[in-house]
Amino acid sequence: MSLMAAVLVALTALRINALRSFLAILGVIFGVAAVITTVSLADGARDAVETRIAALGANTLNISAGSRSRGGRQGGAGSDVPLNDADVNALRTELDFISAASGLVQAGVTAVVDGANWPTTLVGSNADYLDVRDWRLTEGRMFNEGEVQRASRLAVIGQTPARELFPSGGALGATIRVNSQPYEVVGVLSDLGAGAFGQDQNDVLLAPVSTVRSRVAGFARAGVRDPVQQVWVKVAPGVDMAAATAELEDFLRVRRNVAPGAEDNFSVRNFADLIRAFTETQRVLGLLLASAGLITLLVGGIGIMNVMLVSVTERTREIGLRLAVGARRRDIRNQFLIESVVLCSLGGVIGLGVGVAVAATIESFGPALGLTGLAVSVEPSIAVVAIGAAATVGILFGFYPALRASRLDPIEALRHE
Amino acid sequence: MAAPLIRARGLTRVYKLGGGDVHALRGVDLDIERGEYCAIMGASGSGKSTFMNLLGALDRPTSGALVVDGEALQDKRPDELAQFRNRAVGFVFQQFNLLPRTTALDNVALPLLYRGWSLARRRKRAEECLRMVGLAERMDHHPSQLSGGQQQRVAIARALAGEPAILLADEPTGALDSQTSDDVMDIFDRLNAEGITLIIVTHEADVGARARRRITFRDGLIVEDVT
Repeated sequence: MSLMAAVLVALTALRINALRSFLAILGVIFGVAAVITTVSLADGARDAVETRIAALGANTLNISAGSRSRGGRQGGAGSDVPLNDADVNALRTELDFISAASGLVQAGVTAVVDGANWPTTLVGSNADYLDVRDWRLTEGRMFNEGEVQRASRLAVIGQTPARELFPSGGALGATIRVNSQPYEVVGVLSDLGAGAFGQDQNDVLLAPVSTVRSRVAGFARAGVRDPVQQVWVKVAPGVDMAAATAELEDFLRVRRNVAPGAEDNFSVRNFADLIRAFTETQRVLGLLLASAGLITLLVGGIGIMNVMLVSVTERTREIGLRLAVGARRRDIRNQFLIESVVLCSLGGVIGLGVGVAVAATIESFGPALGLTGLAVSVEPSIAVVAIGAAATVGILFGFYPALRASRLDPIEALRHE
Repeated sequence: MAAPLIRARGLTRVYKLGGGDVHALRGVDLDIERGEYCAIMGASGSGKSTFMNLLGALDRPTSGALVVDGEALQDKRPDELAQFRNRAVGFVFQQFNLLPRTTALDNVALPLLYRGWSLARRRKRAEECLRMVGLAERMDHHPSQLSGGQQQRVAIARALAGEPAILLADEPTGALDSQTSDDVMDIFDRLNAEGITLIIVTHEADVGARARRRITFRDGLIVEDVT
């Protein structure tokens, strides 16, 4: 009997018991759908994170003061003597592999324009900050270093406050009040998109670091002139990041009087590494979810086996008759095996459709539920794998029922009631 | 002189049941020629069904020799027996054994599926066979849409589909009323008249009366063989 004829026989048998066939493959449908959904979401998230790593610039380093321990008590990160403007200057001028450097202080503030107000983050930085972050302006200009020295009350605003405070446009040249202090808007940032962890990067107000330090309370630290919370530096293109990081650390150890062998009183973070760690966590989570899907698929397989066993029992006389008219044992075995595989593959195809639909739904409704940064990526390979896995379940769990069918004694089977 | 179509020599069949052995056949010798019309009769447990199963290659003898249509069945493996059944034997059962929710045409074509014929060829032959039993008009009907007598005629068409050397009918009228039984038996008479070898297992005297040879079994042996 040809394979084509055998598949036709199987399809006929499945159509005759359409409802039971459908119920039998529900488990397989759910299993495949679960695998497809989770893997698609995980793939999509990975793609998105990789895009953001590229956007962040893999050659950016972030420096902050370390934790201070005194009398056996460990302080929080940044509790040690902070870095200051002089450090920023030294890094920029004394290390030739650093192409740009900026200090950074930030505070949550409310920006007010006439009647409108908007809670946002005020970031004080140097003029280099745009270069460090590879940020662009849509209009106006960045404040310059001279204005930073003079603590001018100037602001460069992100897309979100621009939209909220100036709904009808005209931000450039307007005045924003922060803590009752007027700031002149000299520039508007281009769309920065979501941050590496899904936050809105556009919700920001940039001003000279000196201005923010003096006009917003809470940055003064005893014994340190012009402190900053963080320092961002950009490593020149073509310089090895690991070597640059090591050299930067040596430089800061000397500058900040770290005794040989003592713990650093600062920390240098490489954002690309941080994001990779985050991605790794996501990958593990994705694997976990996919395993849950696979387990569902196996449970679905047990359902298939159960239904096939019932089917064999119910069709014992049919099997007897087929044997009597000349079916060989392997014809019977193949018939039931093909039924099981066709059934499971069908479940795989339906499950694929359901999975893609669910993933797409999550993608489109995720932001409404506060889940930003979701993306779906259905690769053709995963579709092939899912249907292949479903067919494999069909073979594995269909084999025993098929074997039982093929081992029936024709006389017994014909007499079966 | 040509060898008989069926030659049984010292045929025994022993079933192992529980602790003891059941001797269903105790050494049967029998020749049946091509074109004969035999009724195999006997009470239940007499061994007639066992003998029928051996003739139809559904079972193998415990000892003895059985040659049917030139093939020694006692030495064959299960798959060879399946191929032999497909080629040489047509079965008609008491309960018809048609596939439900399958058309009469496809039921008749079923044996040819295992011969590897194409769908078109199978259907063409099935149509011929349905015409032979007078059911050309009912080809697309499912068994549930046919009367008992019509169902048995479909089953006879199916038995004929593979042009077998022997037609084996096991109580073919057991599930039919007397009028329908007569119709079915008329078909058997006609088929035999056209030359087919017919062996009918029955315990009904009037069915046996139609056969030209009556072989009666008792306790695993042939006790009567009248022509």
